[in-house]
Amino acid sequence: MEYMLIFTEDDDHFAARADERAPEYWAEWSAYLAEMGASGIVTYGAGLEPPSTSSTVRVRDGVRSVQDGPFAESKENLGGFFVIDVPDLDVALDWAARSPSARYGSSEVRPVMPGPSAD
Amino acid sequence: MAPDVDEAVEVVVRESYGRLVAYLASTTSDIEAAEDALADAFEAALRSWPERGVPERPESWMLTAARRSIIGSGRRRDTAQRALVSLAVLADERAEPAEHSVVPDKRLELLFACAHPAIDPSVHSPLMLQSVMGLDAVRIGAAFLVAPATLGQQLVRAKRKIKVAGVPFRVPERDELPERASAVFDAVYAAYGTGWDDLEADRRRRVGLVGESLRLAELLCELLPEDAEAHGLGALLWHTEARSTARRDADGAFVPLIRQDPATWSVDAIGRGDRHLMAAAALHAPGPYQVQAAIQAVHNRRRSTGVTDWPIVVSLYGTLLAMRPSIGAAVARAGALLEAEGPDAALAALDGLDHASVAGYQPYWAVRMEALLRSGASGQELSAAYAKAVELAADPSVREHLHRRINDG
Repeated sequence: MEYMLIFTEDDDHFAARADERAPEYWAEWSAYLAEMGASGIVTYGAGLEPPSTSSTVRVRDGVRSVQDGPFAESKENLGGFFVIDVPDLDVALDWAARSPSARYGSSEVRPVMPGPSAD
Repeated sequence: MAPDVDEAVEVVVRESYGRLVAYLASTTSDIEAAEDALADAFEAALRSWPERGVPERPESWMLTAARRSIIGSGRRRDTAQRALVSLAVLADERAEPAEHSVVPDKRLELLFACAHPAIDPSVHSPLMLQSVMGLDAVRIGAAFLVAPATLGQQLVRAKRKIKVAGVPFRVPERDELPERASAVFDAVYAAYGTGWDDLEADRRRRVGLVGESLRLAELLCELLPEDAEAHGLGALLWHTEARSTARRDADGAFVPLIRQDPATWSVDAIGRGDRHLMAAAALHAPGPYQVQAAIQAVHNRRRSTGVTDWPIVVSLYGTLLAMRPSIGAAVARAGALLEAEGPDAALAALDGLDHASVAGYQPYWAVRMEALLRSGASGQELSAAYAKAVELAADPSVREHLHRRINDG
């Protein structure tokens, strides 16, 4: 089954990507991503630029409006995601539990909807 | 319809329901589809058995009929998902000889799926009662004081999550087994506690939920024979159950444990509890359920010795608090201290508890009131404890008991 691992972080950890804590921050993620990559379960994934770089678009009655920032203001924001293919939820939860954000933010596990039937 | 056919169906329902649901759902994680298919199979049995007679192996007959129903519904609905389920069921059927007389037991796997950490803990018990014991949402809802429609929605949602999120039907590995098993035990204990607490409910309904919980606990001991805590749970339930009818006098008034007549306690239930405790002790793996069972066993010893060893009860609550801290155990320890050492020790223990977490906890105020009464206190502190204990008591007979205590002194 495919699951999306959704990593959320607070502003302080987004800041840690680029200040004096950056080496430590990236070392944790690199180790985790290397481990995940080596296990051959990754379908696709990426880190995301901070929420301050985000733009949100809404179309209402055919009128498009663009807003600076993510869809909702919150203390924690999406920092990255990975789609992995593993046998069941327990394996996906184990991978999520190993992510750095599970220790300081949160890591959500969501099943990916199966596509239209292949046959 | 011939009564013996009704009875044959009833026997299969009672004895095989959980086994069949668990087995049908184990390959697909689809409990809903398994339950629907089983309902179709029972209907088919009620149509077919009166004419052709009860088959030699009713359980296998049911399994085959249920599988046909799953495959049929796959064809009817013709969606990719249903077709996949049908394929899994077909593959499964081929993998196993047709004359298989006993359906492989996947109930433990189903219980672990029901109490999976990804499933809302408040539905663990109802989900087990429905999928393993075959209780309907109306009965479970009545016991848990939830509208059947609301509970039905919660159960459907939980079952969909199990299927869609891929909650596995498996027994956890050794390293995670204690924690995962403890969630299963907690759910069974919660089901029993719901039946037990319900002093007001009509007797039949209580017997229903209590009986099903006791059966679930026995089933767990059978499925996890090497787990000391499974026996601890069994021992706790039976030792508690031994006193279930002694909580009311002939007029229906509430009787607290220390005033109960031990002659009214069930020797049979105490014996069952003791056997489970011995089985647990032989496994040399102490845990909170065994300690709680030991506490109840010490109380029940009064039936043969005439006395309660309160210092041991106090010390066992201390052990329990070290293993699994809870406000309930801390207050119960204070209650035991009241008997073992007197009101000052009990009040000191109660004063040491976190005020915010005890403010809405009825037993805290009841023990406090009793300790104040015995210390000879009167005035505002006593009336405040009395007022809170009465206000928080759900059961009118408990309120009546508190009222008598404060007036008789």
